[in-house]
Amino acid sequence: MTFMKQALVGFAAVLLLAPALAVAEAPKPALKIENPGQCIAPAEEMRRNHMEMLKHQRDRTMRQGIRGEKASLNECISCHASKSTGSVLGKGGFCQECHSYAAVKLDCWDCHQPKAGQKHAGVAGVKE
Amino acid sequence: MNDPQDRIDNQSRRSFVGTAAAVGAGLGVAALAPGLHLIEVSQAGTARSPGEAASNTVRWGMLIDTTKCASGCDACVKACNTENGINETIKDARQGSQWIRKIELKDPKNGREHSLPMMCQHCANPPCVDVCPTGASMKRADGIVLVDRHICIGCRYCMMACPYKARSFVHQPLTEQNPEVPRGIGCVESCTFCVHRVDKGQMPACVEACPEGAMTFGDLNDPASAIAQRLAREPSTQVRADLKLNLGVRYQGI
Repeated sequence: MTFMKQALVGFAAVLLLAPALAVAEAPKPALKIENPGQCIAPAEEMRRNHMEMLKHQRDRTMRQGIRGEKASLNECISCHASKSTGSVLGKGGFCQECHSYAAVKLDCWDCHQPKAGQKHAGVAGVKE
Repeated sequence: MNDPQDRIDNQSRRSFVGTAAAVGAGLGVAALAPGLHLIEVSQAGTARSPGEAASNTVRWGMLIDTTKCASGCDACVKACNTENGINETIKDARQGSQWIRKIELKDPKNGREHSLPMMCQHCANPPCVDVCPTGASMKRADGIVLVDRHICIGCRYCMMACPYKARSFVHQPLTEQNPEVPRGIGCVESCTFCVHRVDKGQMPACVEACPEGAMTFGDLNDPASAIAQRLAREPSTQVRADLKLNLGVRYQGI
């Protein structure tokens, strides 16, 4: 009986200490929006659903050839790329900061250009 | 064009589209009655409006006149590389990109030499699409054969299946992509007919860059297009026509 009481007290102590331990967790990502303006949806919806928006858009554009969709990676980086690095990646980068915090792999930018304003050089005779 | 079935299909469709287009000539639409539109006849050089999907009333194709193609000229290859951001250094030349390449041919019997660009032939019945285990290799409604890199697992089965050696594999991480042409490590890729330009109503980069004007691009289904008119009047060849793949790219002079 005494043992059980001690165990209960110990368990309660752990529960009480838990919030104090939580203080030591990783710092929240500090996001800076370089080009603030009107996003395509409120921040709460973007945080929760941006991956779904982009996934459905990518299939419509890639497979059906629908252009000019509201959700678009190129539109994302036009507002969210860092002014110092030009990119949404790297330390403090808009995409990477949150994805590192949430430990979610970010592979869009393996193929898509993560820098805003990246231009191909162009060849004589090819009109833009 | 050499396949009788293909010719019949094309002729019946052309005569139908031709009649329809005559009714709606100038408007770019086929009208059954005033205000009632049956199909839209797309013209090369016209951008699709935002939100509009690619349509199977269009079939993009290319006609290459090899008699005009100069030996040693690689303007089309350079234009393709620039437009599509192909600028990485390849350690092993055998692994280089195959979006478009120049081929020099010589007939050993009479010594006649000529040169031609070879790329994805945008087959109507593409073997790469047949073999793809994930559905990444696909043909868009308007006949452009593409790789959906989102679901490509890099197995390279399509590279084996392609009779034209038109596909290549990206072996290294890339950073200098054109924002409109995503491409990256672990995926197979090939000529896209510059789909991002075509969707804006522009010509593929190689066609614009060719100093000899040897390449004609347009809608094979539109009898008013320059390419369809030339194909109707002039002889042309499909490479490996015996495979009956019904190619989007046709050659003259080979």
